[in-house]
Amino acid sequence: MRLRPWFLLAGLASIAGPLLLAQSPAMNLPAQVVAGGALSIPTSGSGQGTLTIVGPGQALRRTVQLGSPVSLAAGVLFNAGEYVAILSSGSDEQVAQFEVTPAPKPAKLSFLAEPSRLPVDLENGVSGTVYVFDVYHNLILSPTPVSFNLSDSSGPSQTRTATSRDGVAWTRMNSASKEGSAHFVAQVGAVTATRVVDEVPGDPCNLSMTATPDSGKAKLQTAPVRDCSGNPIPDGTIVTFTASFNGKQSTVDVPLKKDIAEVEMPLPAGATISVASGVVAGNEIHWSGR
Amino acid sequence: MIRRLLLFACALALPAAVCAQDASVQVLPPDLHGSRQLEPLTQTSVVRDYLESWKAFRTALNDNAPQALAQDFVGTALTQLTGTIAEQSQLGIHTHYVDRAHRLQIVFYSPDGLSIQIIDQVDYDEQVMQGTTVLGTQPIHARYVVVLTPSQTRWQVRIFQAAAQ
Repeated sequence: MRLRPWFLLAGLASIAGPLLLAQSPAMNLPAQVVAGGALSIPTSGSGQGTLTIVGPGQALRRTVQLGSPVSLAAGVLFNAGEYVAILSSGSDEQVAQFEVTPAPKPAKLSFLAEPSRLPVDLENGVSGTVYVFDVYHNLILSPTPVSFNLSDSSGPSQTRTATSRDGVAWTRMNSASKEGSAHFVAQVGAVTATRVVDEVPGDPCNLSMTATPDSGKAKLQTAPVRDCSGNPIPDGTIVTFTASFNGKQSTVDVPLKKDIAEVEMPLPAGATISVASGVVAGNEIHWSGR
Repeated sequence: MIRRLLLFACALALPAAVCAQDASVQVLPPDLHGSRQLEPLTQTSVVRDYLESWKAFRTALNDNAPQALAQDFVGTALTQLTGTIAEQSQLGIHTHYVDRAHRLQIVFYSPDGLSIQIIDQVDYDEQVMQGTTVLGTQPIHARYVVVLTPSQTRWQVRIFQAAAQ
């Protein structure tokens, strides 16, 4: 049996016609979108479709009239990262990848100052680390200048500037020579974060004592105990007096009171007395009994 | 084709742990801009814990199981991923991530030792599923900026953010 050509053509047309007439869904997606920005995605095709956007940061879906742009309002897509967009209609689909970038304007700082308490006059003793975020808590990865300022109640403040790399900047500062609370401020544009750093006296400096006879005993008394910057050492700091005689030792721990430590010890003539506080040693006295 | 079939089989029948192929991992020498020295043991722990977090990430996003994140993620990263899982559940979809290659470099160790930043040049496939139907698959090459902070026993991912190359 021979088929006529018109019959073959008609058969092919009946199969291929719908395929040729139907337009696959397509979208024109930008490669990058700013976090929180409004987004309009032109689409082509006909009929209804579905746009699904999924990434580690968010997942959302919109019904789409193919041929018309699909709009996402400002603030809908706000977590930075890589996303997959799938425009589907029936069994047809278009898959594309795009990136949501952080909003360029810094809005929040995560600022960690360490330690929160340190001795005065310590070079590079306090460190500050800042992570810079946008309003949606996305890390702003573009280089951003960060200003650090450490000021205490007495002396001039120190200022350093660092540029963030992949969202983080850091610095080190010296502690002031005067004890007290210092304010450690990190600033990016108009955004600031402040931490309070307690600067406390350092180790005693030039620890010295005198010994005088008193009712048959030796009265031991330190000079006012201060650190090397002249800050008084806090009351309660332990000062240790040690007496040595004929290979025997006796030790008395005395807390500082109003900058001074004092104690009475029964000492034989010829004893050697020393004074120390922590790792700091003071002077030695050979006790003659007078 | 074989890969697609495997992914499909995984999505249908096999548990995620079986299907999770080991990705290739390359660890580059640290390029630190912090002042703190990075001990080799610390580097090993950070890399190990970060790669573990990818397992948790895959499981959580595939099974829509936020509890799988608890051990490895904290802070912003945990909040975001948990939110995404909730959104996926609402939409009736889940996402199958297959990481194929990681190229890791530690770039920052904070002076106080309380945060470490890793850059991960990662290749992965993201397959969006609705039930057993594959809605779409996309191979992705991304630069992940990751910040980890120490907990009592491990380093946990606090920031997990992809960026363009």
